[in-house]
Amino acid sequence: MAATEQTIKQVNTLGDTDYKYGFSTELDEIRPPKGLNEDIIKFISAQKDEPEWMLDWRLNAFKVFNKLPKPEWAKLNIPEIDYQDCYYYSIPKSLKDKPKSLDEIDPEIIKTYEKLGIPLKEQKMLSGIAVDAVFDSVSVATTYKKQLSDLGIVFCSISEAVKTHPDLVKKYLGSVIPVSDHSFAALNSAVFTDGSFIYIPEGVRCPVELSTYFRINAMNTGQFERTLIIADKDSYVSYLEGCTAPMRDENQLHAANVELVALDNAEIKYSTVQNWYPGDKEGKGGIYNFVTKRGACRGKNSKISWTQVETGSAITWKYPSCILQGDNSKGEFYSVAITNNMQQADTGTKMIHIGKNTSSKIISKGISAGKANNTYRGLVNILSKAKNARNFTQCDSLLIGNKCGAHTVPYIESSNSDSMVEHEATTSKINEDQLFYCQQRGLNSEDAVGLIVNGFCKEVLQHLPMEFAVEAQKLVAISLEGSVG
Amino acid sequence: MLEIKNLHVSIEEKKIIKGLNLSINKGEVHALMGPNGSGKSTLSYVLSGKDKYEIDDGTIEYNEKNLLELDVDERANEGLFLAFQYPMEIPGVQTSFFLKTAINSKRKYLGHSEMDALEFAKLMKSKAEELNINNEMLKRDLNVNYSGGEKKKQEILQMSMLSPKMAILDETDSGLDIDALRIVSEGVNKLRSKENSFLVITHYQRLLNYIKPDFVHIIADGRIVKSGDYSLALELEEKGYEEISKSA
Repeated sequence: MAATEQTIKQVNTLGDTDYKYGFSTELDEIRPPKGLNEDIIKFISAQKDEPEWMLDWRLNAFKVFNKLPKPEWAKLNIPEIDYQDCYYYSIPKSLKDKPKSLDEIDPEIIKTYEKLGIPLKEQKMLSGIAVDAVFDSVSVATTYKKQLSDLGIVFCSISEAVKTHPDLVKKYLGSVIPVSDHSFAALNSAVFTDGSFIYIPEGVRCPVELSTYFRINAMNTGQFERTLIIADKDSYVSYLEGCTAPMRDENQLHAANVELVALDNAEIKYSTVQNWYPGDKEGKGGIYNFVTKRGACRGKNSKISWTQVETGSAITWKYPSCILQGDNSKGEFYSVAITNNMQQADTGTKMIHIGKNTSSKIISKGISAGKANNTYRGLVNILSKAKNARNFTQCDSLLIGNKCGAHTVPYIESSNSDSMVEHEATTSKINEDQLFYCQQRGLNSEDAVGLIVNGFCKEVLQHLPMEFAVEAQKLVAISLEGSVG
Repeated sequence: MLEIKNLHVSIEEKKIIKGLNLSINKGEVHALMGPNGSGKSTLSYVLSGKDKYEIDDGTIEYNEKNLLELDVDERANEGLFLAFQYPMEIPGVQTSFFLKTAINSKRKYLGHSEMDALEFAKLMKSKAEELNINNEMLKRDLNVNYSGGEKKKQEILQMSMLSPKMAILDETDSGLDIDALRIVSEGVNKLRSKENSFLVITHYQRLLNYIKPDFVHIIADGRIVKSGDYSLALELEEKGYEEISKSA
């Protein structure tokens, strides 16, 4: 709680721009030249001191990337991406010689995180959240490591896991999102820089929320985060990622891969609060957020639940998915996507029912304002072996103003006569009588919109961990500022 | 407190209010009675600042300010309260949270700090008890699945918590059974003081048995056609609108 309130206060004092996280930090950086080629991949791997198998894996992924067709966009308007005009690796110089304790970290970086409200110092960690912070391409510090390791929980950067837990990484990396899945998956596999790795051993219930904070700082830098979470039998973990980036005129690319594996009776709850820079009102700049997130419910009775609050980025393209392999496994997707001004979002989920008695639930709330376009695209696929599968989908769209768009594109494929699929969708405009009512009670128009929209999103927001629900509510209001005249 | 002079209002070219004059002093309770379509609700919306109404002529002074220059929320925070005839449902927003947001909006406007959680909880509890509103209702989403009577009680609860200087009650009695009517009226009467004024809009004299007005005005076709004291309401009940309007 304390950390969240601090964040809000701090971002509110960050100057007169509309994007409250738009500061950048002056740091000396180590960067190889722009461009995407084998040398860069070797450079990244060498910088991280990786074993050979990891480098081979990357190089193979690069070969696959070159062969794969570029994606065709359904509803999005995306200028062609020049992969050669982008830096693939950037680390602040002071992090090159790995800090051994938090005291050795460049105070400038600590300050950046403090501005974001991420307290790195262990003594400030009273809120019960363990944080792994990723700054451009490297993981800065993982707090609470000792306490977690006593339980056998591994929570570290993926670079570190490659060295310390190679067997787990080899076994699971790319097992949910194959390298050849699509072009961005392959690109990420070739050049991924850092991200979090979590392993929860059998029978352990992780006692704290695990969290990663991503920040893109350097100019023209792509961020290719790779996260891998494995929940062994009968375990539970709740994980939250938050994202921000400074304001830049150029577009920056963020192509993350996130893989989750839940074994028998295990549960993973994955929450995202994404607030990358959305670009200015005319649509200049902003992050391209092309993320592949997929969870495999491998074990029986396993459960994966995605909750996302997407308020930032110029373009958001992501479909956190569940592969419901184990019998009786459950997948959930709760989403709030807000687009304002010139933002575009095409987001949703895929629920692939393979095992018997599998069930999935999708609750999506899309809010569009300004000239933004917001699309829900979701696939519910029930395979023939998935006897007695169940799905419930509810998609609600809210429009603010008359220049924005909301689109709902559900795909339902069922190869099984025992299954039951429900889909409900609504589209509404923000109700002027509701606004008037709130204003008559003293709320200004922006607070009134914030209140009504938060009410509209409540079903989703209540699935966020407590500590972040408050921040998310404020974000919802902030991202709609200026949307009513 | 409130001074309306020669008010002319139209909506989409249609004239609704045609030269209305009304003056309400501190501590007074005025009742405004009239048939459907006479302009009663329009007046309440114009006073609270709803858009789409065109002010063609006239002035409205409120607490030595030009009311027509203030935004809806400014009017509210200056102490003008409208108890809605049809209170809005706000799904997903807990009633108690809404109350707290409203109170703190006003405090912020007046330059005060937010009310602390404990103080707020106490205030809400005591006011809710006076109106026979149970705790469970305060936890529900605002006005969602409320009965007609519950919605009206909720309006009075908001009013008593915000303690406005000028409260307009727009047909608060409609849809109330006799018990609810009594409770709501008692709530209003508790707020009456030398400092607060009320404009009670109603069709029926019934409400005025409970909330005794100092003045009664009869509105017809966008104008006040007759004013008097409480006995005018009784006369109206006896003769009906048509005859009273004619004799005016």
